[in-house]
Amino acid sequence: MFETLDATLLARFQFAFTVSFHIVFPAFSIGLASYLAVLEGLWLWTKDEVYLALFNFWKTIFALAFGMGVVSGIVMSYQFGTNWSVFSDKAGPVIGPLMGYEVLTAFFLEAGFLGVMLFGLKRVGPKLHFFATLMVAVGTLISATWILAVNSWMQTPAGFAVNEVGQYVPTDWWAVIFNPSFPYRLVHMVLAAYLTTAFVVGAVGAYHLLRGDAPKRAKKMFSMAMWMAAIVAPIQIFAGDMHGLNTLEHQPAKVMAMEGHYQSHPDGAPLILFGIPNSAEQRVDYAIEIPKLSSLILKHDLNAPLAGLDTVPKELHPPVGIVFWSFRIMVAIGFAMLGIGLWSLWCRWRGTLGENRWLHRTAVLMGPAGFVAVLAGWVTTEVGRQPYTIYGHLLTAESISPVDAPAVATSLVAFIVVYFLVFGAGTFYILRLMGRLPRDPMPDLQGGPIRSAGITPAPAVASKSGSYHHGI
Amino acid sequence: MEFDLPFIWAAVIAFAVLAYVILDGFDLGVGILFPFFKEKHDRDVMMNSVAPVWDGNETWLVLGGGGLLAVFPLAYATILPALYIPLTAMLLGLIFRGVAFEYRWRTKRGEFLWDISFAGGSMVAAFSQGVALGALVQGIPVENRAYTGGWWDWLTPFSVATGLALLIGYALLGATWLVMKTSGPLSERARALAMRSGVGTLASMGVFSLWTPFLEPAYLDRWFGWPTIAFSLIVPALLLACFFLLIQGLRTGHDTRPFAASLGLFVLGFAGIGISFYPYIVPTSVTIWEAAAPDESLSFLLVGALVLVPMILAYTAYAYWVFRGKVDPEEGYH
Repeated sequence: MFETLDATLLARFQFAFTVSFHIVFPAFSIGLASYLAVLEGLWLWTKDEVYLALFNFWKTIFALAFGMGVVSGIVMSYQFGTNWSVFSDKAGPVIGPLMGYEVLTAFFLEAGFLGVMLFGLKRVGPKLHFFATLMVAVGTLISATWILAVNSWMQTPAGFAVNEVGQYVPTDWWAVIFNPSFPYRLVHMVLAAYLTTAFVVGAVGAYHLLRGDAPKRAKKMFSMAMWMAAIVAPIQIFAGDMHGLNTLEHQPAKVMAMEGHYQSHPDGAPLILFGIPNSAEQRVDYAIEIPKLSSLILKHDLNAPLAGLDTVPKELHPPVGIVFWSFRIMVAIGFAMLGIGLWSLWCRWRGTLGENRWLHRTAVLMGPAGFVAVLAGWVTTEVGRQPYTIYGHLLTAESISPVDAPAVATSLVAFIVVYFLVFGAGTFYILRLMGRLPRDPMPDLQGGPIRSAGITPAPAVASKSGSYHHGI
Repeated sequence: MEFDLPFIWAAVIAFAVLAYVILDGFDLGVGILFPFFKEKHDRDVMMNSVAPVWDGNETWLVLGGGGLLAVFPLAYATILPALYIPLTAMLLGLIFRGVAFEYRWRTKRGEFLWDISFAGGSMVAAFSQGVALGALVQGIPVENRAYTGGWWDWLTPFSVATGLALLIGYALLGATWLVMKTSGPLSERARALAMRSGVGTLASMGVFSLWTPFLEPAYLDRWFGWPTIAFSLIVPALLLACFFLLIQGLRTGHDTRPFAASLGLFVLGFAGIGISFYPYIVPTSVTIWEAAAPDESLSFLLVGALVLVPMILAYTAYAYWVFRGKVDPEEGYH
């Protein structure tokens, strides 16, 4: 069946598949590593055992997610060479050192201290252990910084020249790393990781609040997660808007595809809320649009002219349908997150955060939302970069390895089967761990009702919730 | 004076690959030996002996790959397509092996599956790495900055033999690691396995040494030309000395000497291969100077590597120090 598919398409699909699987784990572990550091810090500071219990609970889940991130990440570091060797040869001198720095400054740091963080509390004591947890958290952030510098350089390349054998060679490392889209992309992605984690933590907290099986810890994590949602979601929407404006400046065709603007609008472009992009006819069918709003958002002027894809040669159009829809999915989830954040503030103000069951049910439902948003966002930016790997300079079709389609097809099938099996099992174990909030780490809390002195903070005592009747 | 940056980088990359081979070698070896230990408790201890460090060990593989892309992009862009199948198999093997560290403790019913995944993944990864080494020694044809061979060229009797050899070699590292890190019957069993795999490793190295010069005249010239013939005589002598220390350490009940002697075997074998390859990075098509990225790239990353690699070695040593001594069989997983 694969004879009809060419190696480029298969290799693209393989990269999209493996990187999509991979990004799920870092998106979660970047946020979770920071959350673990906060939990352990609060434990050391307040001596409240609830933080240690939450730390141990999330630590096990982190270990699973991190392990999956490591093994799926190694695949990425080799796939550049196996499937995209021309790209590697040409871009290696620029992006290779950045990835080298990622390994040297981040991967070793994470891996070196992860063992101590997971297994070493009794051996090194709480202070050094906290240091190890901090190093893991810092490592995840450093890693994100370098790899986003690489990706951003591919989107908005700068600081390079082309040498006599056709390689891109660095002329100014500062310009390479701090290329035009890097700061925006970094902020947007790290916030996305934090939001993703917050909604996972919130969903787990809400789930256990609904079940009423571990109210103190459940309420604590739910409350922390909802603070994150309320504070970070609006910042993220602002950061996303800034990122969009940056994209408009440097990759206008991507924004045209996101907006569904096939045609130029000389006096104010409409915001197309929904519709079906029809690339054959170069128009959006069944469009529901708000006149001039797109110009207002992108140019801060109702009547500002906006160019459309009709100004771009057709062979350089990104696939509009995918970009158009993935962008809408991401934005919709972003606003849903903002809504939950505001709702939680309202409940908090009313004192019903721990008992509003509709809020809890919605939070459970929103648990995976961050992952969907992250994937949709990456699809938007990566598909929107097409037909280039290095925007404006190297076409995807010219980046491929001289490898036969059957080789790519065989490995693609192997990756699909193995990933669904292995990461499916891992996801199952993670969900099962999330579903069982263990009672063991807090033996002193088991006896007696939850209101025994010294354990429950005042707000929880004051609450009249039915879910507090069962003890931790 | 002018630094020969490609040469320095070849040494750094060689160091990273060697670090990977001996470090991940012993924890892959522990996985390879899993089938020889039937008791669940033994397997728990075996896995715990490497659980805190395997992740750091595997990071050297990422440094090897990432470093190659950064400083020898042409080598990265030609070796990886040539070794497409064995490298893909290695990656899949490493996935099964790596996730087993966590999954195995998360299920009772499915534990046997993750035992298989751990052992099978370790074996596939080790064998594939050996095959990749063999294929590299055979040589990789390159024209116009691209690999020109087919996607099954790597498969020869020689590469299969090197695959098996590395499997045995990693088993030796794993067995001597267990001798050092465990106690009681588990340790004694490991000692017996180390004896067998030690003999197997030495035999494999002998076969490899006799076979290689006939693959490629360049190797023959190198081995018996001056001044490298000095190494051709010294390296085998040192190998035999290490082998003697290994056997003697195993016989006399030493805990650490067998592991140190096995590391010696690997370092010497690696040095032998390095001497044979030089000055090629893609034998026998591309030299390290032809493959090197421009000096701006080499110097930019070298500054960091010179500062960071010693730091990495320091905190890696610290992590090993934290988990020093015999594994406590009663200490549970996290």
